[in-house]
Amino acid sequence: MVEFTLPANSKITKGKTHKAPDGATNIRRFKIYRFDPDSGETPRLDTFEVDMDSCGPMVLDALLKMKNEMDPTLTFRRSCREGVCGSCSFNIDGTNTLACTKAIDEIKGDVKIYPLPHMAVVKDLVPDLSVPYAQYASIEPWIKTDSPLPQGERLQSPEDRAKLDGLWECILCFCCQTSCPSYWWNGDRYLGPAVLLQSYRFIADSRDEATGERLDDLDDPFRLFRCHTIMNCTSTCPKGLNPGEAIAGIKMGLGKRRS
Amino acid sequence: MAEGYEIIDHTYDVIVVGAGGAGLRATLGMTAAGLKTACITKVFPTRSHTVAAQGGVGASLGNMAEDKWEWHMYDTVKGSDWLGDQDAIEYMCRNAVPAVYELEHFGVPFSRTEEGKIYQRPFGGHMSNYGEAPVERACAAADRTGHAILHTLYQQSLKHGAEFFVEYIAIDLIMDDDGECRGVIAWNLDDGTIHRFRARQTVMATGGYGRAYFSCTSAHTCTGDGNGMVARAGLPLQDHEFVQFHPTGIYGSGCLITEGARGEGGYLTNSEGERFMERYAPTAKDLASRDVVSRSMTVEIREGRGVGAENDYIYLHLEHLGSEVLWERLPGITETAKIFAGVDATKEPIPVLPTVHYNMGGIPTNHHGEALRPTADDPDAVCDGLMAIGECACASVHGANRLGTNSLLDIVVFGRAAAIRAAELVTPGATQKELPKDSADLALSRLDKLRNANGSKKTSEIRLAMQRTMQNNAAVFRTTEVLTEGCQKIMEVDASLADINVADKSLIWNSDLVEALELENLMACAKATMFSAEARQESRGAHAHEDHPDRDDEVWMKHTLATIGDDGKVSLSYRPVHTWTLTDEVDYIEPKERVY
Ligand SMILES: Cc1cc2nc3c(=O)[nH]c(=O)nc-3n(C[C@H](O)[C@H](O)[C@H](O)COP(=O)(O)OP(=O)(O)OC[C@H]3O[C@@H](n4cnc5c(N)ncnc54)[C@H](O)[C@@H]3O)c2cc1C
Ligand code: SF4
Ligand code: SF4
Ligand code: FES
Repeated sequence: MVEFTLPANSKITKGKTHKAPDGATNIRRFKIYRFDPDSGETPRLDTFEVDMDSCGPMVLDALLKMKNEMDPTLTFRRSCREGVCGSCSFNIDGTNTLACTKAIDEIKGDVKIYPLPHMAVVKDLVPDLSVPYAQYASIEPWIKTDSPLPQGERLQSPEDRAKLDGLWECILCFCCQTSCPSYWWNGDRYLGPAVLLQSYRFIADSRDEATGERLDDLDDPFRLFRCHTIMNCTSTCPKGLNPGEAIAGIKMGLGKRRS
Repeated sequence: MAEGYEIIDHTYDVIVVGAGGAGLRATLGMTAAGLKTACITKVFPTRSHTVAAQGGVGASLGNMAEDKWEWHMYDTVKGSDWLGDQDAIEYMCRNAVPAVYELEHFGVPFSRTEEGKIYQRPFGGHMSNYGEAPVERACAAADRTGHAILHTLYQQSLKHGAEFFVEYIAIDLIMDDDGECRGVIAWNLDDGTIHRFRARQTVMATGGYGRAYFSCTSAHTCTGDGNGMVARAGLPLQDHEFVQFHPTGIYGSGCLITEGARGEGGYLTNSEGERFMERYAPTAKDLASRDVVSRSMTVEIREGRGVGAENDYIYLHLEHLGSEVLWERLPGITETAKIFAGVDATKEPIPVLPTVHYNMGGIPTNHHGEALRPTADDPDAVCDGLMAIGECACASVHGANRLGTNSLLDIVVFGRAAAIRAAELVTPGATQKELPKDSADLALSRLDKLRNANGSKKTSEIRLAMQRTMQNNAAVFRTTEVLTEGCQKIMEVDASLADINVADKSLIWNSDLVEALELENLMACAKATMFSAEARQESRGAHAHEDHPDRDDEVWMKHTLATIGDDGKVSLSYRPVHTWTLTDEVDYIEPKERVY
């Protein structure tokens, strides 16, 4: 049995209700986690009634509408609005995903939006991501070579290049990271799926010459081996990537080296 | 004045504001050169808008067919409709090949040819042999080239131990009495503190201002902050009338479908199923320059040959390319078309419309990235302490119309140039003069005024009014009447800023206040755009003036300089286009008629 140690501020009270304008007939209710660091109050769950006749199709469209028209204090990250920057990852309807590519009509009933789970919350839907960013930096995510560089490009066959597909596209949204139970319990020491996927991106790159060093660094009961192949990470990735498989790739690399 | 804000002081050799491709390339180069460098960014570096660039970065590697940097230069000059500065264009195109090799060495996962070289695809306006036929020049990582480059540059910055200040909003520049730039004031969203960064060089790398328009391919964070800061410092903005409409934004959402889609063989049709670009650009067809394709599409729609119930869009066909090619070379846009247009691009055409995409104008600079403070005697005079690179700058390599792939190139070439120049200008660790006493006043009074603004209009309301005005009055085709009205309307919207209301009064992650600050920057950009456009009585590149349909080199081959006064009014002056090249190895390319 796992024991839930909920982070501070996790007792959520019932919040305000923002009514749809009079005359709106096509209304959806959004329940949004709110936390104001200045107020000293515990978090609350606000209800927004959104007029869907004047709202775009995505969850982000609804959030923008709430912020623009109903409550400008509502706070969340967003930038590209097309699923490439990784800013707008939230827990929506129980799964971690990007608000800008999640269609509202895929969700039944009230739309519940929380920050990414198990991270300290700075304000409303904005989590503190400094730990996963530091973990990313810790794996030295840059190409390492000893061979002298050619004047032109290094050659890489299309087959070798194809080994990077499914890895290099990661947008560091941390949907996977914050869906992983092992990361929840050991987030200080376990690197987590997003970071391990990035590590594998370099191990898999035929141009990189530091595979041994990278594997040494990961060969650790906590940094890597906290992954118990639960595969939440893979099922939640909004970009269709497979961190679970990447982790398996690393474990295989280590296994091969041992035998 | 704004009392009660505690200020945290920092001193660096150089400060870079912005962590997109331009800011990161500069940051890592400056750090590597031993300069104490800080990079301030309002979003985590990999969230910068460069991540969205799709099609490729231009360089005449010649991996697929013969190519030369001189041809690339010719195409860029022609694309710019002769408004580009040819010394800067030479610098960029000459350095393109080493810049792309450098990116490969940094680890960018470029797509590959059978021989293992960097894969290249054709792009609009890029031709072989001085305009003969389209050539494969766009170096691509599938259709996520910007993502590949941005992430790699961030990784290289980590490798060099660069210092980042993430989710810090730069508010205003610190200028001293000699007119020198001495640093910048920024606000840390995470804990609400104010920071004063003093530096010998401050580099603006804040990206474009697409969000001045209602429908654009740009991210929500593309709000022209650098341009706004520079305008408030009393410096001019150059060539803002030149706003690029990309031919293929998805109808409705505005999300981009890369020109690389046409590079791979996609084409446009009207309601009659006609491949109409063959009529407008017999040689380049669907791969003509963006301004040409966007105008042709607009004419088709105006003449009633648009597609759909309202006849208000155009079809982009990719289905004939087959799903294998689409999933291998254009996976990102195949996914985007599915999500945002509900279209399976392997089976059916995508509804598209010309959409605001890029700002050719910006902070005037020379080809080292140094910002200019032009005077009547010296139109190339430098503003000490200030540099600008990337989309917020105007070097001017794109002139009146940018070619696709030349922006990713611009950001890496001029990011590097700025690092080289800073290393020449700044001695690491040299003591710096005291800052003026009022160094934080401009920034803090602006922050404080907006934070306590209790007017009757939400930021979003004023923003929408501005966006609609720009969309209606500074569009693909312009007339004197529409532009005159536009000037009046944008000044009305500008005046309504006095009545703004900011509901959130906090300092920690106050995104309401961030958006209000951004709106002021957007407004400065919008005004400069509208007034510069109204004044330019000719048609050149992206500025298509129906009352003056021809290019007029006699009168108008000059850069517009828009300065915004303390009263908020725009005044215009001009500076000559550079009609010389950097070296004797190429001749100045004389203006001629632009046909594709
Ligand atoms: C959808 C799309 C596709 C494109 N495809 C291509 C392509 O295929 N090829 C090509 O050549 N070009 C392409 N472009 C254009 C090109 O991507 C951009 O022009 C270029 O990436 C701009 O880079 P930048 O570094 O100047 O700015 P950005 O990448 O926009 O970065 C701006 C940076 O400034 C920071 N910033 C801004 N304001 C502040 C502030 N007040 N305080 C602190 N930090 C701040 C931001 O945080 C960010 O880090 C495309 C553009 C779009 C919109
Ligand atoms: S597979 Fe591993 S990383 Fe993924 S959710 Fe499970 S434990 Fe976490
Ligand atoms: S693997 Fe997927 S879910 Fe995880 S950070 Fe990358 S894009 Fe996000
Ligand atoms: S806003 Fe960029 S991923 Fe959603």
